Amino acid sequence: MSEELRELYQEVILDHSKRPRNFRALPEASQAEGFNPLCGDRATVFVDLQDGTVKDASFVGSGCSISTASASMMTEAVKGKSAAEAEELFQRFHALITAPPDQAGGAHPELGKLAVFAGVCEFPVRVKCASLPWHTLKAALQGAGATVSTE
Amino acid sequence: MSTPKVAPAPASAPDAPFDVERIRADFPILRQQVHGKPLVYLDSANTAQKPQAVIDAESRVYREIYANVHRGVYDLSMKAEKAFEGARHTVQRFLNAPEAREIVFLRGTTEAINLVAHTFGRQRVKPGDEILISGLEHHSNIVPWQLLCEQTGGVLKVAPITDEGEIRLDELERLLSPRTRLVSVGHVSNALGTVNPVRRIVEMAHAQGVPVLVDGAQGVPHLPVDVQALGCDFYAFSGHKAFGPSGIGALWGRASLLEAMPPFHGGGDMILSVTFEKTTYNVIPYKFEAGTPNIAGTIALGAALEYLAGIGMDRIAAYEHELLAYAHDALREVPGLRFIGTAREKAGVVSFVLEGVHPHDMGTVLDYEGVAIRTGHHCAQPVMERFRVPATARASLALYNTRGEVDALVAGLHKVREMFA
Ligand SMILES: Cc1ncc(COP(=O)(O)O)c(C=O)c1O
Repeated sequence: MSEELRELYQEVILDHSKRPRNFRALPEASQAEGFNPLCGDRATVFVDLQDGTVKDASFVGSGCSISTASASMMTEAVKGKSAAEAEELFQRFHALITAPPDQAGGAHPELGKLAVFAGVCEFPVRVKCASLPWHTLKAALQGAGATVSTE
Repeated sequence: MSTPKVAPAPASAPDAPFDVERIRADFPILRQQVHGKPLVYLDSANTAQKPQAVIDAESRVYREIYANVHRGVYDLSMKAEKAFEGARHTVQRFLNAPEAREIVFLRGTTEAINLVAHTFGRQRVKPGDEILISGLEHHSNIVPWQLLCEQTGGVLKVAPITDEGEIRLDELERLLSPRTRLVSVGHVSNALGTVNPVRRIVEMAHAQGVPVLVDGAQGVPHLPVDVQALGCDFYAFSGHKAFGPSGIGALWGRASLLEAMPPFHGGGDMILSVTFEKTTYNVIPYKFEAGTPNIAGTIALGAALEYLAGIGMDRIAAYEHELLAYAHDALREVPGLRFIGTAREKAGVVSFVLEGVHPHDMGTVLDYEGVAIRTGHHCAQPVMERFRVPATARASLALYNTRGEVDALVAGLHKVREMFA
C-alpha cells in the first residue's frame, strides 16, 4: 500500500470507523445536523453542556471511514472541555488537516490522539469528511437545531 | 456482433473485429500512469476522454479557420461558417433527424432541457397542468421542471421505478392524463445504466397526444440513436460525454414544435430585425442560438460524432454490451458486493455498494490502484433514496475500456475489502 494511503487510513482511524465510540443519541442534549452532499454523509452531533463544560458528547449518522472516525474521536476529545476550548481544538485540528503539504508533519502534542488525522492534508477532497463532525459540533455548541452543510 | 476475421482490418471497417487496442491508441490521455499504475478510467458516464481526432479538430479551427460565424463576408468567416454548419449536419445524420435546422447547439443536456422548460413549458403549462418524468432521472431532468412548475402552477408527476431500476410502465401509463403537457425521460440512466424502453413510452404518450423529450446524455455515447425510430419529439445530449469537448451539446426538436416555441435567450444572431418597437425573430435553429456560439467546440463535437460513426455505433454497443456482462460476472465474485440497478437492459454503467465500506473510501483506495470511478449520488438523489443508500460506487464503461481494466477494478476492490471489511 502507498505511503499516503497508510498515512490516511491509520490503524486508529480504521478502528474508530469500524467501532465508533459514543455512537448514540442524547435526546435531551443540544444537537445539530451535518450533511455532506458530495458523498451523502450525514451526522447528528449531540453535546451536553453543563456550566460551560462538555459533560457528554455523542453522534449518530452514516458516513465514510474518515468522517465516522473523526466524529468518534472528536466526541472523546471534547469531553470535559469548555466550549471555548472545544472550538480552539477545532481550529488546531482544522489547521492540521488543511496544512499545505510542505508544512505537514511535525509533532502536535496539543492535539493528542487527533494528530492521526495529519494524513488527510494529502487528500484535499477528504478534508470535508474529517471536518464535517467538527462543524456540526460547533453548530450544536452555538444553539440547538442547526443544520450545516459542507457545500 | 461481427464475425471475427483473420486478416487485420482498419478499426473502422464495418465487418472488422472490434480492436480495442487500436481505439485506445486514439486516446492520448489513456497512456498515462496514476500513482505509478496505468490509468484505468472508469468514469466516462461523468465525462468521457477525447480522441486525437477531436483534439486536432479543435486546434485546427484556431490554427486555420477561426473567425465569427454567420457574420463575415470574407473568406475566413465563410470557412468557419461552413465547418460550423457542417457540424450541424453531422449531428443531424448521427441522430437520424429529418432536418439539420432542427438541431440547436447549446452548452449541453442541462441547457437543452432548460430551454424546453423555458420556452415550450412556459408557453404550454397552465396551473394544474402536468409534466411527467420518472424516478430514474438525473437532477437536470428534474429541477428545470420543478422550477417551471413553481412559475406556472404546474404539477410534476413522477413514474416510480422497480427494485431492478426499471421505470414502471404501468404506472407511467396511469399517470398520463389529459393534463399532461410533456413526458421527459432519460434514454439511459446515468446512475444505474438502465436502458429505458423509449419507443414504448413514446407510444403511450403519443396515444394521449403528449410530446416526449428524451434526455440522451447517456444514450449518444453508447447506443445507435435514431430519433425517428424512437418517435420522440425532443432529444438532448452533451458533447463531453460523447468524446467531444465540454461546454457544447445539442437539442433536436421537431421543426413544427421548435417553430411554435418562443425564443430562449435574446441577443445577436437570434433576430432578423430589431427596432425599439418590434423585433422579428430569426428562423430555427438560430432563434435559439443567441450570441456568438462555441465555434471550435461545435466543430470538434462534429469530429467526435464522425469518429464514432466511423467505428459504427452498432459495433460500439455490441462491444460494450459484452464488456458490461463481463464486468457484472467479475464483480459478482467480490464478497459483500451488491449491485444497485439490475435492469434487463443496461448500458455503460455498473453501480454497486460493498458491505461495510463507504463508496468514498473505495474511491480513494482505488485511485491508488490507478482506477478512477465515481462515488456519490451521481446527481440522482431520488434514485439513491429509492434504494436506501446514501451513495454508490459507479464504474462506467466506454468503447476504450478493456476486460483487463475490469480485472484491475476487481483486484482493487479486493484490496479495499482487506482494508475495511
Ligand atoms: C442522464 C444525464 N442527464 C443529464 C446530464 C447533464 O449533462 P450536462 O452536465 O452535460 O449538462 C447528465 C450528466 O451527468 C446525465 O448523465
